[in-house]
Amino acid sequence: MDDKTKPSDLSVWLGLADNTFTRQKTVKFGDATAVNSGRFYSILAVAACLAAWIVASVFELVEPFYWPSIDGTWDRLVKIAGEGFRNVALWDHIGISVYRVLSGVFYGTLVGVPLGFAMGLSSTGRGLFDPIVEFMRPIPPLALIPLVILWFGIDEFAKIFLLFLASLFIMTIAARAGVSSVRISKVHAAYSLGASKLQILRHVILPNALPEIFTGLRTSMGVCWGTVVAAELVAADRGLGSMIMIAKNFLQTDTVVIGIIIIGLIGYIIELIMRRLERWLIPWKGKG
Amino acid sequence: MAGIAIDGISMVYTLPGGGEVHALNDVSIDVDQGEIVSILGPSGCGKTTLLNIIAGFLSPTAGEVRMGGTRVEGPGAERGMVFQQGALFEWLTVARNVAFGPRMAGSPVAEATEKVERLLTTVGLQGFGDKPVYQLSGGMQQRVALARCLANDPDVILMDEPLGALDALTREKMQNLVLKLWKDTGKTILLITHSVEEALFLGERLIVMAPRPGRIEREFRLPFPEQALSQPAREVKAGPDFVATREEVLSMIWNMEEEIMGQAEADQG
Ligand SMILES: Nc1ncnc2c1ncn2[C@@H]1O[C@H](COP(=O)(O)OP(=O)(O)O)[C@@H](O)[C@H]1O
Ligand SMILES: [Mg+2]
Repeated sequence: MDDKTKPSDLSVWLGLADNTFTRQKTVKFGDATAVNSGRFYSILAVAACLAAWIVASVFELVEPFYWPSIDGTWDRLVKIAGEGFRNVALWDHIGISVYRVLSGVFYGTLVGVPLGFAMGLSSTGRGLFDPIVEFMRPIPPLALIPLVILWFGIDEFAKIFLLFLASLFIMTIAARAGVSSVRISKVHAAYSLGASKLQILRHVILPNALPEIFTGLRTSMGVCWGTVVAAELVAADRGLGSMIMIAKNFLQTDTVVIGIIIIGLIGYIIELIMRRLERWLIPWKGKG
Repeated sequence: MAGIAIDGISMVYTLPGGGEVHALNDVSIDVDQGEIVSILGPSGCGKTTLLNIIAGFLSPTAGEVRMGGTRVEGPGAERGMVFQQGALFEWLTVARNVAFGPRMAGSPVAEATEKVERLLTTVGLQGFGDKPVYQLSGGMQQRVALARCLANDPDVILMDEPLGALDALTREKMQNLVLKLWKDTGKTILLITHSVEEALFLGERLIVMAPRPGRIEREFRLPFPEQALSQPAREVKAGPDFVATREEVLSMIWNMEEEIMGQAEADQG
């Protein structure tokens, strides 16, 4: 390869130039691995949004009632980060939402995984739970909010119960899929190596199901994050959802926008953390 | 230790639609202790079915398998299996895969570790113990499978096309390894293959099966494994006896294949 045509590391990082290998490919359209990060354009896109916001703020193009100015929003953020919003610290609003999601997913996993295993491993289990799971699966968790409020009111337990339900069926189905995906030759091999049924459950079926269970966890986290915000919109005095709902009542568009941005960022961060964890905890995923 | 008596095995699969597949018809084989026996036949002639019955994963429609006088009713650690591929535990390291049997039996860690080290050396994988199995090549993975099987010290080793997914060169090397293990351990080995050369090289006895229904077509007694203990493998395979027998068996299999093709055409017409 001619050295003069070699692009700089920076332009490769930015995605303006292809890496060495991709440059040697003659067929690129249709080859998904030849599509690079395009980081430059990501930066451009974010910068364009911010620039539009700045321009709109400087020239006061939009009524603050519909969309706040960027400097006003910044001042508001500094203010509620310091003083809190309606007597609750910003961190508490964030923390309680995250705590609810983690609790819901935790209990959902605790019950859902054994349930999925029962469905994947025994005819009785499958027969008993299949109608319930298949019936609950298509119901959006938000549709359960009224019933959960009727049953448990609007206290903490009600919200965690809702999130528990939201993750329960996802985890059940994921665990069942994980159990069903075990290659029979692995089970046969284990029996021929003298393993008992319990040992096969623990040392073959469980580790084999972990990748699917983890995918379920990721999905659960995403669904529960969306559900918690919606549930807090309906009934809560703390949490990001309630924060933006109360802010709306006071016509504080800037606080609403801050809440939305934080919700988006945290959802994104959760997904990144889960991906990291997956690569770290289940390096064998897809390698069987 | 004991050989295996395969006595009048028939196997009929009932299909979900109600049809029946006669996979095996009255198959009897007596395998002596310490013998290496290869089974060859066109695909679909019931080889895997037979091995699964011996391993105890399937119970036959008629007949029985006995080991040392006791009837085989299910899988057991005295009958080790080596599969074609994909039967290693990808979540465990090489050493942990090999140690699986002893660990399940509750043997002390130190003892198991020592055994694993020894076996990895035997199969030529010393130093690979801490690697995840999915980082190994196909040939190395089959070495792990062999070591894992040996770690349990089974009386009989059942192999279902263990080298079938390997490239030709790796395959030859692995054939030599299997032969060496047979010599060194004195295990009874039953090996299924679809390679005629492999069947001749790794069979003191070669059983050729025919399809529809699966049955034993012919049996050969072969000197080649014995020869290969004292002679280089390539020399054995190039010898006039070997070549002549290979051609004989090949033409037998060819005729069967032609018959199958003819039947298939007749079925369609
Ligand atoms: N679970 C099964 N149900 C129905 N038919 C089967 C089943 N397993 C194998 N067969 C049929 O039995 C015959 C023998 O199969 P198999 O033992 O796998 O042969 P081989 O290993 O020699 O290729 C084939 O015709 C195959 O289609
Ligand atoms: Mg087969």
